[in-house]
Amino acid sequence: MAKVILNEVRKHFGNVKALDGINLTIEEGLFVVLLGPSGCGKTTLMRCISGLEKLTDGKILFDDADVSNTAPKDRNVAMVFQSYAVWPHMKVRDNIAYPLKLKKVPKKEIEERVKWVAELLHISELLDRFPSQLSGGQRQRVAVARAIVHRPKVLLMDEPLSNLDALLRVRMRSELRKLHDQVKVTTVYVTHDQTEAMTMGDKIAVMNAGRIIQYGTPEEIYRRPKTIFVAGFVGSPQMNFLPMKVTSSGNQFFAENFGLRIPLRTDPRKDRLTVGIRPEHIFLEQPGNSVSIGATVYFAEKLMSETVLHLMIDGDTTIVVKVPYDLSVEENDKMQVYVDLNRIHFFDPATGERIEL
Amino acid sequence: MKKFFYILACVAICLWFLGPLFFTFLASMTPSSDFYSMDKIFPSKLTFEHIYKLLVNLGGWRAMLVSVQVALIAIAISFAFGIPAGYAITRYIFRGKNMIKLVMLFTRSVPLVVIAVSLVTMYLRLNLADTMFGVALAHAAMVLPFVVLITSSIFSGVFVEYEEAGMIFGLSRFGAFLRITMPLALPGLAASAIFAFIMSWNEVFAASVLAITNRTLPAHILSTAMASPDYFKFAAGTIMAVPALIFIFIIRKYLISMWGISLK
Repeated sequence: MAKVILNEVRKHFGNVKALDGINLTIEEGLFVVLLGPSGCGKTTLMRCISGLEKLTDGKILFDDADVSNTAPKDRNVAMVFQSYAVWPHMKVRDNIAYPLKLKKVPKKEIEERVKWVAELLHISELLDRFPSQLSGGQRQRVAVARAIVHRPKVLLMDEPLSNLDALLRVRMRSELRKLHDQVKVTTVYVTHDQTEAMTMGDKIAVMNAGRIIQYGTPEEIYRRPKTIFVAGFVGSPQMNFLPMKVTSSGNQFFAENFGLRIPLRTDPRKDRLTVGIRPEHIFLEQPGNSVSIGATVYFAEKLMSETVLHLMIDGDTTIVVKVPYDLSVEENDKMQVYVDLNRIHFFDPATGERIEL
Repeated sequence: MKKFFYILACVAICLWFLGPLFFTFLASMTPSSDFYSMDKIFPSKLTFEHIYKLLVNLGGWRAMLVSVQVALIAIAISFAFGIPAGYAITRYIFRGKNMIKLVMLFTRSVPLVVIAVSLVTMYLRLNLADTMFGVALAHAAMVLPFVVLITSSIFSGVFVEYEEAGMIFGLSRFGAFLRITMPLALPGLAASAIFAFIMSWNEVFAASVLAITNRTLPAHILSTAMASPDYFKFAAGTIMAVPALIFIFIIRKYLISMWGISLK
């Protein structure tokens, strides 16, 4: 277990800045998810932590030791690859034991540890098989077993669930999380799947274009997204963003557009605001502190347990509303919806930064 | 109807290749009395007399040993250079990579006859003329481009993640190559070794020009059997063809992966 400190980490591939100054401190024993769209640099960052990629600039520290120029084998990290990378020429047992053998762990202890990890991951009966005789899910368990058996300082996982079928993925999600709670190794987990990030991570680092946009608990990311990008990337369906004008009457300021008039607590000192409203924070019945808006049904996605409504509030502006029950509506039905004023987000339309109002 | 032509084509192709082989083998085992008899196509009995004579009395066996040694040295040299080169071409991106690949094949476009004289002169100066090593060196130069291209396609079949996993779990860069990549590439490498072996085994011109006493089998046959009765020539053909056929038979399932064609 170790604390991982990234200090101004940069990685350039030719002219492409894959990592553009990453500063991050990963606390000891945490399960941290690197979340972002493809090409945002999350896998590159993980490979830099592992040592497979050399840094262009910056420093990486494990606890207080600078490992920026240390070879991967001497960093005491472990990695679960997206393709698992379980060595096909070795039996499962040898795959798991190999890292220990290389570390010159006594034979007896190797046996004990392999036994321990095999039981932990329920692969005891697979130890004498070759990887080609295993299913994808089993191969993944082997990859995880190999990664945790030598008690690494940092465990790295690169989209480990993306090659599994949907059902298995959901199960492995909880299993991997439980496993982390048992072995308590500092874990960095790369994914583009926000559900994985929200359900598994102690903390999430949302990345875009080679930078970390926000680092915080899933709750912080969801409740107080720092930028429009984070707000739009986390949450499903995506948050509604409405461009609004700032108006005032006396001392009271409002954000106004589409027949919506949202009172602001302070003076935003801006002419325009982008208002963010999550689909699950718009209701069909009036909650406490809310404003209403007239809308026309454009399209309804019926998922039975919930209904996702696409509503026209203007000639060419639609908002998405999620209600947690089955609802029967027709296209072009008129309805009133209510926006919960306590859960509205404001962003600066120019910079995309969050504004507290 | 379509199937009929398909089968017909198969039969025709098989006859095209197997027919000459069959008659070569047959003639090599025909007793000399039957061979020149006008009213016999097929011999009345088969004999290994010619093959035996060729191998034992005419020095074929010794030439065969020279051939094997030359081929093995050629493999060793060409692999020592070809494996790192093939690996580099697969794993690394560098300027002029395609150019290098192309230039390597150009070495094959110059006929050996053209450079034979200067080659012999150089060999004489280097004291390499008429040595097994000298012939092997020429053969190694000849098969090297193929070894590079073949090994690069074999290494590209070994996922880079396997190596990276090795490096993360305690191996050095070179260790990962040695302990992870090499074992996984071994069947393909063995196949390309046999391919190199056959190229060296069949090569006759360099072997004839560069050596006189230490002649390989084809060179030896060229200088001795060609002045002998016809059935000796056929016997020579047989002892040339059989080892090559056996090797090809062994590696046939790797031939596809060797040339980088995937059937997955």
